Amino acid sequence: MIRDGQARGPALVSTQAIGFFGGVDPETSVVVEPGHELEGQAIAGSILVFPHGKGSTVGSYTLYRLCKSGLGPSGIINSQSEAIVAVGAIIADIPMVDHIDISQIRTGDTVTIEGQTIEITRPDTQS
Amino acid sequence: MELTAEEQAILAGDQGPAARKAMEILVALGTIYGAQDLVPVSSVQVAGVSYGNVGQAGLEFIREWAEEGARVKVPTTLNPAGMDLEAWPEMGVPEEYARPQLELIEAFRAMGIATTCSCTPYLLGVRPQLGEHLAWSESSAVSYANSVLGARTNREGGPSALASAITGRTANYGLHLDDNRQAQLFVDVKCSVLSVADYGALGYLVGQRAGDSVPYFRMFTGRKPGLEELKTLGAAMAASGAVALYHVEDVTAEARLGGVLGKDVSSITIESLEEGYEALDGFGQDIDLVWIGCPHASLAEIERVADLLRGRTLVADLWITVARTVLQSASAGRLAEELQTAGGRLVADACLLGAPLREMGFTSVATNSAKAAFYLRSLQRLEVRFGSLPQCIEAAVTGGWKP
Repeated sequence: MIRDGQARGPALVSTQAIGFFGGVDPETSVVVEPGHELEGQAIAGSILVFPHGKGSTVGSYTLYRLCKSGLGPSGIINSQSEAIVAVGAIIADIPMVDHIDISQIRTGDTVTIEGQTIEITRPDTQS
Repeated sequence: MELTAEEQAILAGDQGPAARKAMEILVALGTIYGAQDLVPVSSVQVAGVSYGNVGQAGLEFIREWAEEGARVKVPTTLNPAGMDLEAWPEMGVPEEYARPQLELIEAFRAMGIATTCSCTPYLLGVRPQLGEHLAWSESSAVSYANSVLGARTNREGGPSALASAITGRTANYGLHLDDNRQAQLFVDVKCSVLSVADYGALGYLVGQRAGDSVPYFRMFTGRKPGLEELKTLGAAMAASGAVALYHVEDVTAEARLGGVLGKDVSSITIESLEEGYEALDGFGQDIDLVWIGCPHASLAEIERVADLLRGRTLVADLWITVARTVLQSASAGRLAEELQTAGGRLVADACLLGAPLREMGFTSVATNSAKAAFYLRSLQRLEVRFGSLPQCIEAAVTGGWKP
């Protein structure tokens, strides 16, 4: 666990790394990196699930600004944390959990973060 | 991680919210990179100073920390800004860029940071000693501190460096540990390497092969490289590769002590610098701007330019980027005036790599810095000529490039 806290929201899952600086529009929270699998999607209010960060260390500040203006993710789940996202989550005051097998989570699942614990609720797809 | 009682108290918020967050950052980084504890640092160099780079997000964060009462505990200096903090109006920097840039500098100042904006803090009285722990940003300064001075620092980002400044500590991993300071690549240099540009070309070539490993150089030439050659070598390797520490036999701090080169390291031989020059040098015939001072020029470099210029006037623009304290020494010694009479300019506080050079009307730049040549091409897509200092000054005088 990188930052303790509680959060609940719809999962937005990316199998690709995310670079916040230049990759996410700080005014809208929309992923703008050309060709990224989340391109065009807003990350605001989601539990953002991705392997790890990438790109410029200024990305920590981008994440901070998104959260300060109410456009940040509610929480972050990484398979392996690195400095950019970890520092961003700390200065932005959002919970962040690492060392998670993110292949278990799908976009649209409702995810609850309670400190170290993650609970996944999947909408019933049978009916 | 093992924390002292004082560190735990900071983490619990005893020294305010900013110090608590700063400590959280260090503990998180220590956890990610496997540090056992924190170590005290003697100085900090902070990146993320150019408004064009950190933008509104960075400004808001720095301001919040300053307002929350964050104050630095150890001597702390800043990286270059996006403009000369005093001469910006006459240099045509738009006010809507200049205002937030100045606000950002003010927020740093409020935290107790020395607002001399430079990539060469080691030229400004910050002289770390062998074995001292630091938390420095700026890849070329990190390389110089580790290699030439034998101090110990990882390559910090803006927020992690600030966190170290506020707590006076850094996480004890990476280049803070003896084992990671051993050379992993032996570089046998079989050709002569003389000028600053030669050292840049060499650094470019070795950086590409070294990645983030630690190279050990055995030089062919009898003349030992000085400050200017070593800062160029390190800057180039941190641009074409991610080298944060290198050793030069009989020259750099830890190489002089011995024991940094093990037996089973891979090795490469450099027979010629030609490939480096070919990669860094372009084809443009006309030169609009000559840029000297990447990393920021020393007083000795400014004197060399003035000697080459003496009595001649310029066709192209000639800018030498420097720290403000070096500008003040040069002004006191009338060097600045001499340069200005010829048509040159000393630019303080700034890095041209982040400057809107195209918008300012420049299309082709000549430089003796391998790092500048590398980034001007890749980031700004300018036509670049790379060569020795006399070649660059000749280009400034004639407006054309002579191979």
